[in-house]
Formats: sequence, C-alpha cells, structure tokens
Amino acid sequence: MRLHWEIARRGYRRFAAYPAATFAGIWTNTIFGFLQAYILLGLYENRTDIGGYDATDTVTYVWFAQALLMTVYAFGWVELALRIRSGDVATDLARPLDPLWYWLAFDLGRALYHLVFRGIPPFLIGMIVFDLELPESPATWLWVAVSVTLAVVVSLAFRFLYNLAAFWLLDYRGVVAIAITISLLFSGFVIPLPFFPSWLETIARALPFAAMVQIPVDVFLEQAEGVDLAGALLLQVAWAVVLLGLARTVLAAALRRVVIQGG
Amino acid sequence: MADALAVYARLISAQVRSQLQYRVSFALDLAGTFLISFLDFIAVLIIFDNVPELDGWTLHEVAFLYASTCVSFAVVDVVIGHLDLFPRMIREGTFDLILVRPRGTLFQVIASDFAMRKLGKVLQGVIVFVFALGGLEVDWTAGRAAMTLVMVLAGAAIFAAVWVAGATIAFWTVDGGEFTNAFTYGGNFMTQYPISIYGEWVRRFLAYLIPMAFVCYFPSLYILDKPDPLGLPRALQFASPVVAVAAAVVAGVIWRSAVRRYRSVGS
Repeated sequence: MRLHWEIARRGYRRFAAYPAATFAGIWTNTIFGFLQAYILLGLYENRTDIGGYDATDTVTYVWFAQALLMTVYAFGWVELALRIRSGDVATDLARPLDPLWYWLAFDLGRALYHLVFRGIPPFLIGMIVFDLELPESPATWLWVAVSVTLAVVVSLAFRFLYNLAAFWLLDYRGVVAIAITISLLFSGFVIPLPFFPSWLETIARALPFAAMVQIPVDVFLEQAEGVDLAGALLLQVAWAVVLLGLARTVLAAALRRVVIQGG
Repeated sequence: MADALAVYARLISAQVRSQLQYRVSFALDLAGTFLISFLDFIAVLIIFDNVPELDGWTLHEVAFLYASTCVSFAVVDVVIGHLDLFPRMIREGTFDLILVRPRGTLFQVIASDFAMRKLGKVLQGVIVFVFALGGLEVDWTAGRAAMTLVMVLAGAAIFAAVWVAGATIAFWTVDGGEFTNAFTYGGNFMTQYPISIYGEWVRRFLAYLIPMAFVCYFPSLYILDKPDPLGLPRALQFASPVVAVAAAVVAGVIWRSAVRRYRSVGS
C-alpha cells in the first residue's frame, strides 16, 4: 500500500513538472468550453428541456465534462503500448510489482493533478461567465468525489486493455483510434447522452463508457438521487471490477505468449 | 519558386514512399483517422435530432459549413499538421540544422513531413459535402460555384496562417504547444457552426481578430443566400480571399521575427 502511495505521488509529480503545459491546457480547455457551451445553448432557443436537461444543466454539463476530460484522459494514453513495442515492458515485468496495480496507482496520482490543475480552473472561468449549477446538498460533493474516482478507475482499465493490443499487433494505432472514438462518443463527452435518440441512449447506457463522464455528470447535477444515485455508483463499481478483471485476464494471456528479444 | 516546388516534391515523394512501406499499418491508420473525424459530425446529427433549426440554420446548411471547414482544415493538417511537433525540434536542437541549410526555415519545417494518413479526414469532409449538397436547394450561379471553391481555398490559407503563427510559441516555451490547439483545432470546431451562435466577445476575439468567421461562415451566407442576423456589411461576405492573404502575410512576419530572436539551447 505504502509502495502504491509512492507510485501515485510519482504520477502526480510527473505532470506537475510542466507548469507551462498546464497553463496552455487550461487555456485550450476554456476555449473549447466556451464554444461548446454556446453551441449547445443554441438548442434552447425554442425549447426549455431536452432529455431532462434545462439550459443551466446543459452549460454545467459542458464545463464539468471539460473538467473531466483530462482527469479521465479521454483523448487516450499509449504509454504502455509504447513500452510493449520498444521492449521496455520487460523491465516492468521483472519488477516485483503487478503492472496493472502499478499503472492504476500512477494514474490515480496523475488524475488528481489533472483534476485540480486542468479541470477545476476552466470550470471556475466557466462559472464567472455562465450561470452554472452547483450541488445543493453537501453530501453530493462526497458522491461526486467517489464517482469521479471510479470514473478514473474504469477509464484506466479500458485504456490498459487497448494498450495490451500492442502485444498482438505491431502497429496498435488503428485499434487505439477506434477505441478512443467509441469511448469519446459513448461516454457522453462529445454530446450529453440525454440528447441522444432514445435507442442510442439505451445502447450507450449499457456500455462501460457512460461510467467515465455521463454518470459523474449526473451525480454532480443531482439528476441521480436516492436509489438512482446508489444504482449509478454501483454500476460504476461493477464496470470497474469487470474491466479490471478483463484487463488482468488479457494481461495473463499476453504474458503467456510474450517473447522479449534480447538486446 | 519553381525550384522550391521541385525540392518540395522530391522531399514529399520520399515521405510518401516511406509511409507506404507498411501497407497494413497505413490502411489501419487511415481508417482510424477517418472514423475519429466523424465524431464531430455525429454531434451535429444528434443536435438536429432534437431541434429542426440551430440559430436559424437547418441540418443541411450546418453540414455545408461543417464540410467546408473540414476540407480546408484537413488539407492543411495533411501538409503542415506536423507543426504540432515543432516544439520538439526546438527542444532537441534539430532546428539548428535547419538554420544552416540554404533554404527558408519555414519551408524546411513544412517539407519535413506529409501526413497521408490524415487524408481520411479530407475524405470525411468530402462525404459530408455530398450529403449537404444533396439536401440543399442552392441556386447555383457561376458566382456561387466560384465562391465555394474560393471559400475552401481561403479557409485553408487562414488555417495555415494560424497554425504557423501559433507554432512560433515554441520559441518562447517548448511546453506550450497545446495553447495553439485552441486556435487550430478550436478554430475548426468553431467554424462547423454559424458564427452568430457564439457570445459577443468570443466572436470578436476568435472570429474577427483571429479571422475564423472568414473560413466558411461569411462566404456561406452569400452562397446559401441567408440573411445575416448580425447585420454586418455585405462586403464581408466577399472578403475571405483578402483576409486570407493578409493572414498569411501576418503569419510570415511573426515567423520571421520569432526566428530572428531564436537562441539555440547550444547542446
């Protein structure tokens, strides 16, 4: 546990080392937040409700989703795939550490940095310009923290899985591009799931990607309360367990066939 | 000029040959960029599943804007998108090599890569163009047809100018690359929708100062014969080529003055 705590701190510090990159990122997230907010507000010209979201809910969704974007690393992560391709993974496997727990700890540290320094600043800027809705009940903040943490775990497990493709394919980039496309769309990042046609929303809700963005947003907007809230969080836990289990199984299968070339 | 083009053609044909060495990888990459480029259009389709009009624009009209900016942007991305990696040239000191060669610095940086896999994005834009034109009833005069061509070319020139000017930030900080994304990728995203939808200061800054409104919005008002909700002078609808040339000149000046101030890391 102590070891994993230290690994998480390394994950945090790796990204804290580049403040200029953080500033540039905040700027870009903020611009995209403004653009998306105005576009989606355009839908409320003649309507007051879309899929249960009023205009305030939608703008809050936009800025909260921007805050989650880097936190769950939605644009992809190929560090493990690069290590597999270069053979560096051999060093990782020689360590007395489980690669899955190692990357999970590292990623939680990274996510904390990105949430605090890449996620919250654009949200605060959005709050100045737009009328955003904050949770009314103090308990909600706690559930938001739980939900966002689970979102990071689900996301890491999913990213770990598509990185493992590099064990079988010399060029993993096609697989990664498809995985990122599907996850961005079905997580609700591109556009909120309640805006989807109902048949497509049903499909999206049945997939693990909703656990990365849409569920934390629903918790934040207090759209899910009481039994629904418990259900939403349990669904995230279930996806985290399933995907971590899957990642473990696939990793084991990969390690059975792995041949590291001597250097 | 002809000489520069000949050099460029030779460098790029070598790039193309090397990229085609691994055909399966190339095909998968092409398919990947093609797929991911549809994400934004899916958003457009989902928006119009909820409302018949967005800020007075129909689905096919927005698709027209979308296709136009996507083709302009994707072509530029193929040719100079690797400017995103320019900070690495500064950090690793490879830009010093460029300084001692007898060609323009910008020319050499641009000629260093040619991302064929991003042609998937161009294809996506063309497909959406066909979709848009299929659902629009435009009175196609010679003027409107010519304006459509001018729009795509001027749009590409504006994106290229913004990309080049934005890349110079690497001369001040090598970690700030993402700053430029707000203008390049952000500009592409912004121009997929009518400019009138954005708040006033966003418009002033990103649509007029950084001239994104001239990429496809103003020419499209003329081509689609739409009233301008902002009531701006009609001459602006024809100004894109002038703005594009001006943007290119400004970008050239920024690049030159940035290079003049460059001090190598010396390692």
